[in-house]
Amino acid sequence: MSINRRQFLGLSGAAIAGAALAPGLRLIELAQARTPEEAATAQHRWGLLIDSSQCADGCTACVDACAEENGIQSHGRPATDAQWIRKVTLKDKQTGYVQNLPLMCQHCESPPCVDVCPTGASFKRADGIVLVDKHICIGCRYCMMACPYKARSFVHEVTTGQKAYAPRGKGTVESCTLCVQKVDRGDGSTACADACKKEGHQAILFGDLMDPSSEISKRLASQPSMELRANLKLNTGVRYQGL
Amino acid sequence: MRTVKLLHPLASLVLAAGLLLTGVSVFAHDNEAPATSASGRVPMPVRTIEKGEHCVEPLEVMRRDHMKLILHQRDMTMHEGIRTSKHSLKNCVDCHADSKTGSVLGKDGFCESCHHYAAVKIDCFECHSSVREASAAVATPPSTVRALSNTAVPQMTNETAKGKKP
Repeated sequence: MSINRRQFLGLSGAAIAGAALAPGLRLIELAQARTPEEAATAQHRWGLLIDSSQCADGCTACVDACAEENGIQSHGRPATDAQWIRKVTLKDKQTGYVQNLPLMCQHCESPPCVDVCPTGASFKRADGIVLVDKHICIGCRYCMMACPYKARSFVHEVTTGQKAYAPRGKGTVESCTLCVQKVDRGDGSTACADACKKEGHQAILFGDLMDPSSEISKRLASQPSMELRANLKLNTGVRYQGL
Repeated sequence: MRTVKLLHPLASLVLAAGLLLTGVSVFAHDNEAPATSASGRVPMPVRTIEKGEHCVEPLEVMRRDHMKLILHQRDMTMHEGIRTSKHSLKNCVDCHADSKTGSVLGKDGFCESCHHYAAVKIDCFECHSSVREASAAVATPPSTVRALSNTAVPQMTNETAKGKKP
């Protein structure tokens, strides 16, 4: 059987189409949630995109949702109460223009908190989430001093009412975990992003920075955004818009 | 020195009597809920299994090595995000929490009573929740007390678990 030019071109085209489809199928496979047995891998990098122009003045939905999700209780002492996420108000002194933005752990690619930790308690997971292993944390608070975003808190008081998936204890440092329990469950969102969406502001978007088809990647590729303290070259996983 | 030497046997007698009295009163207090050993001197830990036919590993393994299993799982979960439930502390609590208090702590709590008996400090619950999750508590079947028997550790029967003397 001989193949003429037209048939050869047709077959080649089909082969190329098949090769092009294969990576697409792989992307779908990657986007699926892990099973509980599977470890987090560097195929994902989780992050947030925060649009400060959508962040409403006086709204604390993200802060409240974070406290609810992670069992953070206030002792009525703002100076020492743990804060995983806080609202920051920026005011342009010349024009008087006021902006709000939620600030939390920026989940840096090169986290200063990990660099300074003397015990290895502060670490970055394979999928880019920066965490504190409280089993190893000795409460020295070097990481709190090293963090340029003031994102970490020391637990000063005995904790009660912890969630089963979010242990917290006196004498250790803690910060935003990017709702790691929800990430591992495959929820595809964080408590703060869900709460913001529910309030109708849509200022916080959670997603996979490594997946080019994710909404966060598409928006980052098509719209201007910035890192806070970009001069430190930490390559943060949390990006901001509208600042 | 001489007087002390003369008083010594008397003093020791008084001391012994005092100790005996204190001992009796302590054990009398402790005897209220947990059972005691055959000699009646040592209050036994309360081990009430609330649900499940058997533990995730054989009894002998759990008694000796449960801390190793939890430690291994802890590092896997914390650093790699592996959240299998078999050896997780949450799974321990979900099965072993008391039906009344919903906790593994407290005087008759599964973890605390045994750790108290063995005089081993238990740190887990300074950070971790010691209570069964609300959703799991609803699904808990009526409490059943299961006998545990092993020659390596003091025996517990249904009677001892209910607080009666063996």
